[in-house]
Amino acid sequence: MRVNVTVNGEQRQADDVWEGESLLFMLRERLGLPGSKNACEQGECGSCTVYLDNVPVCACLVAAGQAQDRSVRTVEGLASGDELDPVQEAFVEAGAVQCGFCTPGLVVAAHDLLDRVPSPSDPEIREALAGNLCRCTGYEKILDAVRLAASRR
Amino acid sequence: MTLTPAELTSAVSGGIGTSPQRPDGNLKVRGEFAYASDLWHEDMIWGATLRSPHPYARITSVDITEALKVPGVYAVLTHSDVPGRNLYGLEHKDQPVLAVDVVRYQGEPIALVGADHPETALRAMKKIVVTYDVLEPVVDMETAVDDTPLHPGGNLVRHVPIRRGAQDVTADVVVTGRYEVGMQDQAFLGPESGLAVPAVDGSVDLYIATQWLHVDRDQIAAALGLPQEQVRLTLSGVGGAFGGREDLSMQVHACLLALHTGKPVKMVYNREESFYGHVHRHPAVLYYEHGADHTGKLVYVRTRMYLDGGAYASSTPAVVANAATLGVGPYEVDNVTVDAYGVYTNNPPCGAMRGFGAVQAGFAYESQMDKLAEALGMSPVDVRVRNAMTEGSVMPTGQVVDSAAPVAQLLKLVQDKPLPAGTSSDIRELPGGVSNTTHGEGVVRGVGYAVGIKNICFSEGYDDYSTARVRVSMVNGSLAASVHTAACEVGQGLVTIMQQIVRTELGIQRVTVLPMDTTIGNGGSTSASRQTYVTGGAVKAACAVVRSRLDGRTDIGSEVIDETVEWRHRATEPLDPETGQGNAHVQYGFAAHRAVVDVDVELGLVRVVSLDCAQDVGRALNPQAVVGQIQGGSAQGLGLAVMEEIQTSGGKVRNPSFTDYLIPTVLDMPPMSIDVLELADPHAPYGIRGVGEPPTISSTPAIVAAIRAATGLALTRVPVRPEHLTGT
Repeated sequence: MRVNVTVNGEQRQADDVWEGESLLFMLRERLGLPGSKNACEQGECGSCTVYLDNVPVCACLVAAGQAQDRSVRTVEGLASGDELDPVQEAFVEAGAVQCGFCTPGLVVAAHDLLDRVPSPSDPEIREALAGNLCRCTGYEKILDAVRLAASRR
Repeated sequence: MTLTPAELTSAVSGGIGTSPQRPDGNLKVRGEFAYASDLWHEDMIWGATLRSPHPYARITSVDITEALKVPGVYAVLTHSDVPGRNLYGLEHKDQPVLAVDVVRYQGEPIALVGADHPETALRAMKKIVVTYDVLEPVVDMETAVDDTPLHPGGNLVRHVPIRRGAQDVTADVVVTGRYEVGMQDQAFLGPESGLAVPAVDGSVDLYIATQWLHVDRDQIAAALGLPQEQVRLTLSGVGGAFGGREDLSMQVHACLLALHTGKPVKMVYNREESFYGHVHRHPAVLYYEHGADHTGKLVYVRTRMYLDGGAYASSTPAVVANAATLGVGPYEVDNVTVDAYGVYTNNPPCGAMRGFGAVQAGFAYESQMDKLAEALGMSPVDVRVRNAMTEGSVMPTGQVVDSAAPVAQLLKLVQDKPLPAGTSSDIRELPGGVSNTTHGEGVVRGVGYAVGIKNICFSEGYDDYSTARVRVSMVNGSLAASVHTAACEVGQGLVTIMQQIVRTELGIQRVTVLPMDTTIGNGGSTSASRQTYVTGGAVKAACAVVRSRLDGRTDIGSEVIDETVEWRHRATEPLDPETGQGNAHVQYGFAAHRAVVDVDVELGLVRVVSLDCAQDVGRALNPQAVVGQIQGGSAQGLGLAVMEEIQTSGGKVRNPSFTDYLIPTVLDMPPMSIDVLELADPHAPYGIRGVGEPPTISSTPAIVAAIRAATGLALTRVPVRPEHLTGT
């Protein structure tokens, strides 16, 4: 099937999409946007978090066809040219990035949190990021990064 | 203009001792860093692996006829398509690339499919008909040696005995225990994946997420029947490793499919397949007897331990040696008896995971120290300090510890940290969290301590080295450097460390880290907490040669200075096979934890309230990365303490998913206050001491000690499950 979808502000078209494909597979393998990650593909790890019509979702749990005529924003769509989003900048500065495989999903989840709650408390940050697994950092520096980003927005 | 070395160094920022940003950081936060699973090639096809559903079975037939007929399928391969040696392995070549007539674990690869879409490959796999004669699996590590032999030499992979001092002494106070450690998974987030690209001359390029390019290359070349120079590996982005990428997974498979079809082949495991696709931490059963005098001084330690290596050897021999040689912990004990056994079973293969044998022993000996403290009426910290090893102490192997061993100091540092406030009234900070299972009723608090020891670098006489090439030339009127190694960046930040070292050594600000590949010599494994030590040492040594050729010049015109150096740490010795004596290790690392927990004793739910750590790192080349390693390692120890276990039943994995195999989330992790000691090791480059593994060892027993303190329960097994706490 053919899927028409707006991705990061651009109108995109994917052809020969198999009906069983996820939005994640379409983004990664058909639209050249592998930033959203494939760590579990069952909605447990959050590494594929993208905005679908401004709501964060696990792209692995959304069928590609469900994105028809909708708007998707991925981690690749957060920076403005060379200028990183404050959340991205804070993740690098705070040492919240080690292997980085969880990072795209966490960056989107933190971006969404700070849009909703500009100055979140620690329990609010923890709750908002509870669906995103990280195996490298123990989360301390991720919390630092979100606090830092909040202080700058 | 010429400058002295000191002037050169002071002219740059981002040298050692600072925390510059990772060179790959921006790419990673933008989603533009190319991990192995992100790779794409024109005309590529997808590879998939058919695996055994049985832990132990004879294969009576494999029929691929119908699978080959599926439209979109390019190849279906079995063991008869392996042109070279069909056996591989890190220490023993005992594991088939593709099973021949027997499968020894659930998930063992039998056949490969190459197809135009992952779904096509999946459908074709379902049409491969394999008939089995199912056999009774060997699953008990304690009796495996006397059970059905799974390999020609029987089921004992390695026995490491240690005999030190008197073997028949008695003591005033004796405590004994039997401890169990469940099978932990590395659970790196980036699944096994890679892209194999065939060349017209019959050679192959593999872009791969691994921990050791050269040992992968050697094993792949042997299986493909190709000279090593016809198998070229380039490291792609690695989404974590923690030991789970030391062994081969899809490397040979992807290359086989690529060479067979003439097409680039991408293979990506999903999470379930990842659980079958790599080795795990050895589950263990450990028997201990500690004898002490009335003052708490240890008189003897005797232990017998079993480590379940599963179906293939992997790195079991080295894991067993670590468990044995580090088996009494960071304590002075004159009389030691150790028998450590690594065995084959039909459970999933086990090998390297962060802590590597020291984790299993650490849970047991620290549990014993708490038991001893209780028997003596001493505090857990006092009994440890009473026996704490120091520089100059003698290991059970007879090896003298010849650099800092601040065991007592580390314990005191965590003991002196302020304790967290009392049990919270915010349900988000109580066991069960927003599940709203308690408002504080039934919740008890406990505090626990532990300290651990880990060997750094490869041991037992292994020729452990790394190769670094440093090249300097003029770029836009300034000196610029590049550094090339085959040492794998898996997330730990080696790329940053190498830049820092070059900046410090050469006073050159602009340092490019070239892609890691096999066009340069061996970088050794990214394991044993060794890369900053060994590859860092190699980069430092290469810089020294470059620096002498620079001779203080800041303008070298069109000259290119290009130096490659192979660098080794000091040699180690094998262990005596009868007595386990020998200077087997290069360096020892130490960390101590204090854990505070709240336990809901009615539901068996645990919340770790704080998990503080003190660790000696010799010298923190990158303080931010050091703390990140300690926090991350502590988190994996927390996972083993209270949630992480691959549960097996009759050799079958019951929970191969992130729904059922739980790793800590941000809600499970407490704040972690970290003290970093920098007591330089005179034998190591810059005095550094390996950082990655020690915190994983002491974290687990500290948390379990805290749960014991809260509940009064014995808790001899990790992970501690709710039913262990409620008795239901």
